[in-house]
Amino acid sequence: MRTIYILWLRQIKRYLRSRARMFGSLGQPVMYMVALGYGFGPIFQKAGGGNYLNFLVPGVIAQTILFSSIFAGIELIWDRQFGFLKATLVAPVSRLSIVLGRTLGGATVSTIQGIFVLCLAFIMGFAPVNWFMIPSAIVFMFLIALLFTALGTCIASLLTDFHAFQIIINFLIMPLFFMSGALFPIDGLPLILKRISQLNPLTYGVDALRDVLSAITHLGLGQDGLVLGLLTLLILVTASWLFNRIEA
Amino acid sequence: MTDGSIISVKQLVKVFKPQIRAVDGINFEVKTGEIFAFLGPNGAGKSTTIKMLTTLLHPTSGEIWVNGFNPMKDMDAVRKSFGIVFQDPSLDDELTAYENMEFQGYMYQVPPKIRKQRIEELLKIVELWDRQKSLVKTFSGGMKRRLEIARGLLHHPKIMFLDEPTLGLDPQTRNQIWQYIQNLNKQEGITIFFTTHYMDEAARIAQRIAIIDHGKIVALGSLEELTKQTNTTTLEEAFLAITGSKIREESAETMMDRHRRSRGGKN
Ligand SMILES: Nc1ncnc2c1ncn2[C@@H]1O[C@H](COP(=O)(O)OP(=O)(O)OP(=O)(O)O)[C@@H](O)[C@H]1O
Ligand SMILES: [Mg+2]
Repeated sequence: MRTIYILWLRQIKRYLRSRARMFGSLGQPVMYMVALGYGFGPIFQKAGGGNYLNFLVPGVIAQTILFSSIFAGIELIWDRQFGFLKATLVAPVSRLSIVLGRTLGGATVSTIQGIFVLCLAFIMGFAPVNWFMIPSAIVFMFLIALLFTALGTCIASLLTDFHAFQIIINFLIMPLFFMSGALFPIDGLPLILKRISQLNPLTYGVDALRDVLSAITHLGLGQDGLVLGLLTLLILVTASWLFNRIEA
Repeated sequence: MTDGSIISVKQLVKVFKPQIRAVDGINFEVKTGEIFAFLGPNGAGKSTTIKMLTTLLHPTSGEIWVNGFNPMKDMDAVRKSFGIVFQDPSLDDELTAYENMEFQGYMYQVPPKIRKQRIEELLKIVELWDRQKSLVKTFSGGMKRRLEIARGLLHHPKIMFLDEPTLGLDPQTRNQIWQYIQNLNKQEGITIFFTTHYMDEAARIAQRIAIIDHGKIVALGSLEELTKQTNTTTLEEAFLAITGSKIREESAETMMDRHRRSRGGKN
């Protein structure tokens, strides 16, 4: 428990000290909300899609969490490069608690980023259908964050340097984002793309957030929660298994 | 494992991918409570050996016992037995000096009271107490090195591995740190396994010395035994007699070879 706590605390401290990371990663979501929200909004409404901001904001929050979480997981590569990782590896603590501490820390940071975006959305005129649903929105944000931080950790356990970084962004993060229904409803997609997006864990995260914040859902909250929860467990176990095999 | 030895290594081999035999069948034992120096030229295989002893690297073949446990099987039991100061940096640059120490205290489950007490004691010894709240990334190389050592000494395990701990430190700091380590050895019976390129340090501190070269142990004994074997008076002379001259001949030869070949190619 103490191991998990101190590893979690380390992530939080590093985050609070890095203003660049805190504000830098808010640029993209703001851009999406301004450009797409105000730009596409009227067209979306005319086409009968309803209020686009209500549709978009949960998607943009999910996007923020996706990026922030995968980066938090991948920080492992930095820790290895700068040598800090080996100090953790020789400590007499279970590998699972190391993975859990890091993942919880990264997921907490991502959730805070998601809450920031939600606050910015309020300023832009977004109003949730039910204010009492905000806590459940935060729970789902944290679940999404856990899943993708663990995924980032898996990837980082397999890589030894940052050269693959661009590949990860282009071939993992971007497809996950675009094929999640964050920006447009997946219902209208050609069948094959629709099937692909149904395999994307972020789809369930976006759907869950959209349900609790805007009361728009395609899959149902129960299914979303089940898929996210089971996948998170599976990926966490995989992450600690992969982490176990790291040599310094 | 022989009685009274806390580390025992038999026929240990580590081969890195493109046929680099970093450690090439070494055997040695370190006695409980001993101060043991592991010397050798750059690239001899010292750090690789330490990594295998400390569960960071899987041996290609051979047998290791650390505190009665096998580092490949009982990783956790072995990890509970030792502390380590790495040759390469391993601090968190984004944390302060104090936070780095605290992190270590949590990882090794040092009780809070002892933790606070020792952090203060150690940071004072390495003269970083008044910089405890500075981020490590603002430290000089020597200050980082001192913090690495202080962190490594925070918990008191059975064995302490120190890989070139005093590299790049000023003589005063080096003295102070060695004094502290010798005290730990005397008062708590902690076994010390260290590497260094400062021969005076090894001669002064170590009870027994092993010399490794090209992955093989080429000499092992007390200072007196090593100087006697080589008909020399100091450890430095003995070290050079055992490793240095051979390397010089070899490299001189290959240089001549290359020289000849390149001239041949031109003409
Ligand atoms: N990860 C690695 N991959 C490939 N070769 C390695 C690796 N680590 C070490 N080596 C090689 O193993 C040999 C021994 O290296 P090692 O770091 O053990 O030397 P050392 O005795 O600690 O030297 P130094 O005094 O310079 O610290 C060297 O030839 C080195 O190039
Ligand atoms: Mg070395």
